[in-house]
Amino acid sequence: MTQSLSVWRAPELSWRWWPVFLRNLLVWRKLAIPSLVGNIAEPLMWLVAFGYGMGALVGKVSVDGTPVPYILFLASGSICMSAMQAASFEALYSAFSRMHVQKTWDGIMNAPVNLDDIVLAEMLWAAFKALFTVTAILGVMLALGISHSPKLLLAWPVLLGVGITFSCLALIFNALAKGYDFFTYYFTLFLTPMMFLSGIFFPLEQLPVVVRTISSWLPLTNAVELVRPLFMDQWPTHALRHALVLVVYTVAGFWIALALTRKRFRG
Amino acid sequence: MSESILSVQHLVKRYGDATVVSDMSFEIAPGECLGVIGPNGAGKTTTIRMCLGLTVPDEGLVTAFGLHMPRDALAIKAQLGVVSQFDTLDPDFTCAENLLVYGRYFGMKDAQIRERVPALLQFASLTHKANAKPGELSGGMKRRLSLARALVNNPRLLLLDEPTTGLDPQARHLMWERLQLLLAEGKSILLTTHFMDEAERLCNRLLVVDHGKKIAEGAPRDLIAQYLEPDVVEVFGAGALTLADSPLKTLAARMEVSGETVFFYTADAKPLLQALAAYPQLRTLHRPANLEDLFLKLTGRQIREDA
Repeated sequence: MTQSLSVWRAPELSWRWWPVFLRNLLVWRKLAIPSLVGNIAEPLMWLVAFGYGMGALVGKVSVDGTPVPYILFLASGSICMSAMQAASFEALYSAFSRMHVQKTWDGIMNAPVNLDDIVLAEMLWAAFKALFTVTAILGVMLALGISHSPKLLLAWPVLLGVGITFSCLALIFNALAKGYDFFTYYFTLFLTPMMFLSGIFFPLEQLPVVVRTISSWLPLTNAVELVRPLFMDQWPTHALRHALVLVVYTVAGFWIALALTRKRFRG
Repeated sequence: MSESILSVQHLVKRYGDATVVSDMSFEIAPGECLGVIGPNGAGKTTTIRMCLGLTVPDEGLVTAFGLHMPRDALAIKAQLGVVSQFDTLDPDFTCAENLLVYGRYFGMKDAQIRERVPALLQFASLTHKANAKPGELSGGMKRRLSLARALVNNPRLLLLDEPTTGLDPQARHLMWERLQLLLAEGKSILLTTHFMDEAERLCNRLLVVDHGKKIAEGAPRDLIAQYLEPDVVEVFGAGALTLADSPLKTLAARMEVSGETVFFYTADAKPLLQALAAYPQLRTLHRPANLEDLFLKLTGRQIREDA
């Protein structure tokens, strides 16, 4: 009864994550419209500036031997990046505000909700935010006629999965953070380099073999490899392998995030 | 005591070499208000956290409503109301929304919570602030909203960690009145406080804790009678400290010096007061012994290094 349980024990999850998720939804509903502008304006500027500007210079890019317009190449990669960034931002800055600054989590834990369910709720909430951003961007891409692939319908749940993966990874750093400054490292040392090594802006074939090997194990690369063919109305090659890599990052990420969060709260 | 609503037995909590709670035991009977008083760092909040299952004790047992902590933590918390030392209200929600959202954590249906909200707001004297956010509330209003939030599940036992710290006297009195109403309804309360008048007014029984240990336990009046002489004469002013070495001290059962004031404790103050009439330049205060005297006697007058 009194011996300390290991923080690495299996997650103890229940339906009680739902009211915590609802809480975040209710706050967000009040701020949704301004946050919508912030969430999609920047990715769209990148897309338009690079896609049309650079696209005019680059022309077509070859993906597995198929030539595709640069704007389509970029759009299919950058939407993964947007899912990653939306999920990471929510699971870092916003979750940290609730956990550490506002002590919202402490208040919730005085009610019959355990920490595991709170972490699960935050993870799913950040993924939902990513899905929301992705949906808005997809809408604009459809309107611009960048892709009309019916397989975009499948890209949508895949991008939710990408949001889940990056929420889990971000929550590890949320658990370790002492302040907001810490997250700058995560963005500049991990997410930004990954953006350039995951085949979003240029094909990976241009990179040295060593870098390509590393790249093939990055979560964002695997996300792009899954989503890009769907934009081109094709099926991903090695879909299982890419999905498996993302699942491993997700499960390991959530487990580590949960263990470190339990450690943080074990007073 | 099988009928106790909360039972804490031989709790021990260590952090590294420091033992912050040591062999702590107490019980709360239904309808009882138990006060825990002690200096900062005495282990009060850690004890409450162990009662909530948020901190795992190194030794000892916490049971509530016949259930075991931490195994039955969720079932216990379903019947608990907690006001922690620092407000954890949601700044983005109105008062009414704060209650609604918190009720959902207990698995309550929205309709069920909405039905309770007006009464809870009225209880907290916040009906007119139903649509205001916590940032627009005064300190006392925020604490009352925290109390209302803790009542959303109609708990049997309330754990209140310094519920009136930082409030002005009017806000404190209103809080006391509300807590007395809850006690009259039959709820049980575990209260930590630094205010001796609060402890004396609200609590049936008190624990005095220091350095993580229980050093006294009993009804407020009984504790005073047990540890102190009934009367206190405080003497201060220029030259008061010279009295400490004068024959006057034989007229008191016990004497203490703190700062510029001499405290005489006695069962019969009359001879002492007559003798003090010879020192018109000194100011004297004759009063019954109170909880503060008890607290200072048991925990010392020295300011704590970590306080």
